[in-house]
Amino acid sequence: MKYYRSHVLVCVDPECLGRGAHEIEDALQDELVAQGLIDEVQVLETSRIGACSDGPELMVYPEGVHYVGLSVDDIPYLVEEHFLKGRVVQKFLYTKPKFVDEELSAPTPKEVRVVLRNCGKIDPQNIEDYIAEDGYQALAKVLTEMTPEQVIEEIKRAGLRGRGGAGFPTGRKWELTRAAKGEPKYVICNADEGDPGAFMNRRVLEGDPHSVIEGMIIAAYAIGASQGYIYCRAEYPLAVSTLNIAIQQARNFGLLGKNILGTDFSFDLEVRQGAGAFVCGEETALIASIEGRRGEPRPRPPFPAQSGLWGKPTNINNVETYANVPQIILKGAEWFASMGTEKSKGTKTFALAGDLNHTGLIEVPFGITLREIVYDVGGGIRDGKAFKAIQTGGPMGGCLPADYLDLPVDYESLTAAGSIMGSGGMIVMDEDTCMVDIARFFMEFTQDESCGKCTPCRIGTRRILEILTRICEGKGQDGDIETLEYLCEQIRTNSLCGLGQGAPNPVASTLKHFRKEYEAHIYEKRCPAKVCRALIRYEILPEACTGCTVCARNCPVGAISGERRQVHVIDPDVCIRCGICMQVCNFNAVVIE
Amino acid sequence: MQSENGNHKKEKILAAVEAAIERYGARREELIPILSDINRVLGYLPPEALDEVSKRLKEPHSQVMSVASFYQMLSTKPRGKHVVQFCESAPCHVVGGREVWEALQEHLQLGAGETSPDGQWTLITVSCLGLCSVGPVIVVDEDVYGNVTPERVPEILARYH
Repeated sequence: MKYYRSHVLVCVDPECLGRGAHEIEDALQDELVAQGLIDEVQVLETSRIGACSDGPELMVYPEGVHYVGLSVDDIPYLVEEHFLKGRVVQKFLYTKPKFVDEELSAPTPKEVRVVLRNCGKIDPQNIEDYIAEDGYQALAKVLTEMTPEQVIEEIKRAGLRGRGGAGFPTGRKWELTRAAKGEPKYVICNADEGDPGAFMNRRVLEGDPHSVIEGMIIAAYAIGASQGYIYCRAEYPLAVSTLNIAIQQARNFGLLGKNILGTDFSFDLEVRQGAGAFVCGEETALIASIEGRRGEPRPRPPFPAQSGLWGKPTNINNVETYANVPQIILKGAEWFASMGTEKSKGTKTFALAGDLNHTGLIEVPFGITLREIVYDVGGGIRDGKAFKAIQTGGPMGGCLPADYLDLPVDYESLTAAGSIMGSGGMIVMDEDTCMVDIARFFMEFTQDESCGKCTPCRIGTRRILEILTRICEGKGQDGDIETLEYLCEQIRTNSLCGLGQGAPNPVASTLKHFRKEYEAHIYEKRCPAKVCRALIRYEILPEACTGCTVCARNCPVGAISGERRQVHVIDPDVCIRCGICMQVCNFNAVVIE
Repeated sequence: MQSENGNHKKEKILAAVEAAIERYGARREELIPILSDINRVLGYLPPEALDEVSKRLKEPHSQVMSVASFYQMLSTKPRGKHVVQFCESAPCHVVGGREVWEALQEHLQLGAGETSPDGQWTLITVSCLGLCSVGPVIVVDEDVYGNVTPERVPEILARYH
């Protein structure tokens, strides 16, 4: 048998053939003969190597060097350089396109990836990739070695709590649904991730859909359900299509459908899409939407565990909750419970946004402090500015000031501080943020998203928004703060669902922690952060102004006067505070007073 | 001519309803997917479509209308040829979304929810698209644009003529 020191594999798939792969192969043979290397180097044909759009391509072993974009004229040079002189020809080297993940970068030392462990690492459209990462092993273990009661016990011992925000113990919920009377039972995955700034669930659905599906099948086995629904918001079209592909593949592999893994357990799944309604993230509204009705919440009790979808016992968990389940079964409750605090176990994903150096998705163990999240994981405040506030828990959450930076992140601590865990949005704000404006902004959202069924939420949020808008416009009155506090309390205690009960939170928390800013707006007609337009004044610094006339020429309302080479002046009565003069001034002479 | 156009329009509406019901089945629980499909094909939900859905599903007209008017993505008013959606959520707001919103309104001469008289443009706000790491975000028809600045607005919109 003949031995070669090198093998050249030439791709001869139709695409490369069309670009002259055979000619390349012949030229290689001829050139190897010409340079006396034909006894040392063997040329073989192979199928697609992977970069055919840049073909013709070839692979040189044992080095594993991948060349693309060759023409016949390049071959003598290539053979001389690579095979005679032993130098890799950089010009033709195939370099994988660099992919920058703006959402999920490599974990920082304080992070632990459990839920996000596969995101960005496996092909979400290929079930075999998931199986190679121990996927569906937990399901096999559950179906062959554990009773439903043992599964529930394991989840209870792990201390897993609902990741949708409320933090209800998951094992307890499963137990209640299992014990409830009524058949059939349903499991639902709440993938209606509507909190602005929160996209952790989207990433899991798009990057690792099978972890959610596996968690749901295990839940279905534990509570005795045979049908499940994933309710996904329509704003996430890619998540919906990825889920549908994953479900079909799981069916083909016998992991969904009749007699899963050859046992007598049967379960199937369906994706239901929303049509744009924030309130559908509330579980009773979500159920109404799956039934084809307006997504309006109803009073609880009865809870869905007793009477849910079509009046039957229904278990609803969030995407992240389900994604934790297979890991708990595989690695054990002790492993899971070793992470976090006494009452909040495991990890939590957050979407970091706002004025940070590193925004995007993170996953950290419970108990980490806000300071660690902002400075160690988030890289600190952008442009060297000062930290002002962190908003946690989405639009029903609250804003916490710098005094709270050492607060440990867990369900109870955040609630005690006047905010909430929520589903995991975190917005960090720097010194240039006006807290009254932020409160108004969140009220605009909740007022708009209020479904209108109950009065405190429908009318109360509107009243709050009107008052806040007035304050931001410089028309705040004595007594506004007290009225806001009264409204907040009334809405919180009298609303039907979580949306209304949480809606006053952004106002209540900023009133508590940033009361001085409200007072400055109302009594001094001043916006300390210089954001609220009616309360700011643009002025030209006489010592910096060169009289270049640029500001006067760009002012859309002719509010600026002054002779060439003379100091210019802004007439505050005409000025509409658009800020154009400040943008166009080359001498930083325009300032906000 | 007028009635011919009218007939053509009616046929188009009925075909859209037919296709959606064919796909999902004439069941109440499929009402939202059915209306979403029709909305996608026709751009909005004309009264004739709602009548037909009500008839086919044997559901009172009030029930169909209550669903059609509840969800943001379903529109009972005609929409422009191109729909510009602006993400109005906080993460986009704090990274310059307000300026982009003003640029959009000024460039299109439209307020939130309005359609231009020539039927070319509709400007609407949309809730968080979860693309916060590239905010501010706008969506024109089905194309997503991230890191939008007021300066980029005219250039982006010029692609849709």
